[in-house]
Amino acid sequence: MHNFEFVKPSSIADAALALSGEGAQPLSGGQTLLPTMKQRLAAPEVLVSLTGIAEMQGVCTGDGGLHIGAATPHVVVAREAASHFPALAALAGGIGDPAVRNRGTIGGSVANNDPAACYPAAVLASGAVVVTNRRKIEADDYFQGMFTTALEEGEFITSVVFPIPQKAAYVKFNQPASRFALTAVFVAKFDGGVRVAVTGASNNGVFRWAEAEAALSADFAASAIAGLTVPDTDMISDLHGSAAYRANLVKVLTGRAVTAAR
Amino acid sequence: MPKDTGIGASTKRREDIRFLTGRGVYTDDLSLHGQTFAVMVRSTVAHGRIVSIDTAAVEAMPGVLAVFTGEDFKDVGGNPAGWLINSRDGTPMREPKRPVLAHGKVRHVGDAYAAVIAETYAQAKDAAQVLSDATVIEDLPAVVDMRGAVADASNRVHDEIPDNVCFDWGWIEDNRAAVDAAMKAAPHVVTLELTNNRLVPNAMEPRASIGEYFPGTGDYKLTTTSQNPHLTRLLVCAFVMGIPENKLQVVAPDVGGGFGSKIYHYGEEALVLAAAKRLGRPVRWTAERTESFLSDAHGRDHVTKIEMGCTLEGDILAIRTETLANVGAYLSNFSTATPTFLHGTLMAGPYKVPHVYVNVKAVFTNTAPVDAYRGAGRPEATYSIERVVDKMCRELGLDPFEVRRRNLLTPDQFPYTTPVGLVYDTGNYQATLDKAVELADVAGFEARRADSAKRGKLRGMGLSTWIEACGIAPSHLVGVLGARVGLYDAATVRVNATGTISVMTGAHSHGQGHETVFPQIVAEKLGIDASSVEIVHGDTAKIPFGMGSYGSRSLAVAGSAMDRAIDKIIAKGKKIAAHMLEAAEGDITFADGKFSVAGTDKAKTFGEIAFSAYVPHNYPLETLEPGLEETAFYDPANFTYPAGAYICEVEVDEGTGKVDVVSFTCADDFGNVMNPMIVEGQVHGGVGQGIGQAVLESTTYDENGQLLTGSYMDYAMPRADDVPFYTVDHSCNTPCTHNPLGVKGCGEAGAIGSPPAVVNAVIDALQRGGHTHVTHIDMPVSPNRVWQAINA
Repeated sequence: MHNFEFVKPSSIADAALALSGEGAQPLSGGQTLLPTMKQRLAAPEVLVSLTGIAEMQGVCTGDGGLHIGAATPHVVVAREAASHFPALAALAGGIGDPAVRNRGTIGGSVANNDPAACYPAAVLASGAVVVTNRRKIEADDYFQGMFTTALEEGEFITSVVFPIPQKAAYVKFNQPASRFALTAVFVAKFDGGVRVAVTGASNNGVFRWAEAEAALSADFAASAIAGLTVPDTDMISDLHGSAAYRANLVKVLTGRAVTAAR
Repeated sequence: MPKDTGIGASTKRREDIRFLTGRGVYTDDLSLHGQTFAVMVRSTVAHGRIVSIDTAAVEAMPGVLAVFTGEDFKDVGGNPAGWLINSRDGTPMREPKRPVLAHGKVRHVGDAYAAVIAETYAQAKDAAQVLSDATVIEDLPAVVDMRGAVADASNRVHDEIPDNVCFDWGWIEDNRAAVDAAMKAAPHVVTLELTNNRLVPNAMEPRASIGEYFPGTGDYKLTTTSQNPHLTRLLVCAFVMGIPENKLQVVAPDVGGGFGSKIYHYGEEALVLAAAKRLGRPVRWTAERTESFLSDAHGRDHVTKIEMGCTLEGDILAIRTETLANVGAYLSNFSTATPTFLHGTLMAGPYKVPHVYVNVKAVFTNTAPVDAYRGAGRPEATYSIERVVDKMCRELGLDPFEVRRRNLLTPDQFPYTTPVGLVYDTGNYQATLDKAVELADVAGFEARRADSAKRGKLRGMGLSTWIEACGIAPSHLVGVLGARVGLYDAATVRVNATGTISVMTGAHSHGQGHETVFPQIVAEKLGIDASSVEIVHGDTAKIPFGMGSYGSRSLAVAGSAMDRAIDKIIAKGKKIAAHMLEAAEGDITFADGKFSVAGTDKAKTFGEIAFSAYVPHNYPLETLEPGLEETAFYDPANFTYPAGAYICEVEVDEGTGKVDVVSFTCADDFGNVMNPMIVEGQVHGGVGQGIGQAVLESTTYDENGQLLTGSYMDYAMPRADDVPFYTVDHSCNTPCTHNPLGVKGCGEAGAIGSPPAVVNAVIDALQRGGHTHVTHIDMPVSPNRVWQAINA
């Protein structure tokens, strides 16, 4: 790790100001950034911590659903979202290990948009709104491919607002080594229809499986997708799973998520 | 009633108090006055010619004290292979020099070709990066795949070795014709081609070394993560650096796991010593985890074709194997023994098979060196045999339990000379098989399978009946087989004047629990409290010349040496007692900590005798030396042959291919058991590593020799929830016939016996589930592989 400056502002405005400086980078839980810096693969000059801002912490219900401060660690979401949105709480409780869950935050995960991260699936399947220091971004507009989002230079997430579905479930198949999602599926059933988001599988990052959404909106049962096939064209192929294997997982896990939804 | 002290008691591990409270002292915990930091500069390509290294680029950097390259060590010796193997045609193996730092060529990703020493770690790290950037290496095509390495003579890991073959070994060459004939005549021949996957050892503590040089005396000191400080000293002094042995002290303090990877001498140890001498200051180096992945000696990595000739009733008639064994870029110290004498000699398994022939070609590749790793050759042999026996049962429609019973050696056959050169001294393989069948509730399997099916899972059961040879090793035998060292061990038992005892042992504990078990034995034999016995190990300045711990040898070899030394103490004690009690020496008996005159109530306690030995006022000084301290060296008469039966049950998820190991039962014969809790812990750890190999761990190099599984993001280590609660039994024991404690090794058993049980269970689950086309899946049986096999 190289030397760097560290600042920890206490308001969103101060954080925005600090991030407008040369070489500044936001730091939330640091579960991706810090290991990268330790390996000397990143060397930001200034780290602006977002974890000291009170209004970016915590879980509460409000307009549009469940509001989660961007700097809220997974362990808090797992605990405090449980009675409102159990599938989301279960997702948070299944990320990494206790050390990761006590440091890692929802905002960090959604901003990084790792193609194998858990939270992007929940955000996209729920049709959540990503709130930043500048604007509100619909989930469908926010995720723009692997490690790519709608966030602009100097923009950072302050909270995520989740509409609460009637039923939902997240089913994750662990990559055996890292225990990130080798493939995982979040299914959410709303009045207006079903949304299905898949993480870990695609070269384009988290995506919605439209055919399954249509079939499940008509009939919310695992059998409804039995006749569908998932093309493996854009699927990730690596040591842990071929493209065809991941395409298979998308379907298998979607079925299991529908069955598990509550 | 279980005992609570002495031999056979599950005494809690005294060393755990310091390990679990953070009070252990590991190499990297030491901080020395004036210390400096070394960082190795490692190749980022698998194969290349070093064109230039611009050391001037870093010499003026802040804090940089010295830069070393291969040029600095080109006149010192190479790190040798400890075992000479001759090829089938009688020619000796090819032994390329393994330099301290690569010189001329780099031969694997992670091959160190330079080192930077600086005032701080950060400065050394910065300079190492700059030096890496200031090095020109001409890329050469990498030799990665073993079959390709042998087939394509144009591409050479070592320029002087045209076909990349280290040796082509036959065992036993005289068996070959008979095996071929038996195979031809056999009513059925089963053939299986398999890979024994390469493993990265992943000790919790990475390798670390500190070199010191004392100009006033010309002495060196090396503190290092070693399983065998005397062996390291011998290698550094006699082979690499030419330092007289009496001028180098090697200390291995607390060591956080080895699994074989810390047996060997590595270049960093010589580097820190040379640098300490040049700078006149201590030089320290600690591997980063990435360096451990790239430069620790890896394990396994065999590609094998095994054939088994048999009758239609399942009697094994002959076994023939051809193996390519990867030795990596250089020969690590035991790398030539592992695929040969620790592998080929086990290829008869626990069976009465008349004809066995083993062929092993060791192959150089542009990958990290491969050497002994927990089990070392014996897991490879066991996996090949137990998988092919299982395949035979499927092909002939036979019951795997019955086929084992037909072929297992019976107790009346011992001592038994195998067709591959070992003499099994004792055993009862039927007893362990029966015990495993009982404990695993084999009869209840169908009900469990039905229950799994209700939950949408395919359940399977796999069996492995294994044997291994450990307690390494009889020197006369290994000498005949090519070993360049003896494999005895030594102990000094020092009775202090106040009756407490210090035992200096050549064994080294890096997790095994010697500090607890050895005192239990001393306490039992001398009738004293174990708390008054201290174990001293890991320092060549304190202990007798011993060979360290590996090959499940600590108790069987070093423990036997200690036992002999205690006998000498008792014998001398009797002489002292005879004098003090005014009796004939022959009338003195020793029991329960007392020397007594037989048939009288005259007695002296052990403490009184010890005191008299050191304060010899009433003492036979004219015929007996004062003091009470004895040393014994012990060279085993044979290997020990632990054996057992393992039964694994798995559930397979057809949709995802995921394998869950849901139960694992071990019935082992370790001979006499000194501390059941520690033995069971060893089995737990070994089986955990075996499940890791079978289900999770894969070491993958790409075609350019880049390690794709170079971190825990991609290298899957077994975690607690990947393994079941084990059922472990060691009640069916047949004591070893040739060592004084009657013990056999237990440290590697779990890792040896378990992988085939797991894979057999997976194949069983798939076969029972209707996927009858799946007859083999290579390890690790990862979800992706299982799903591909089902859907092939």
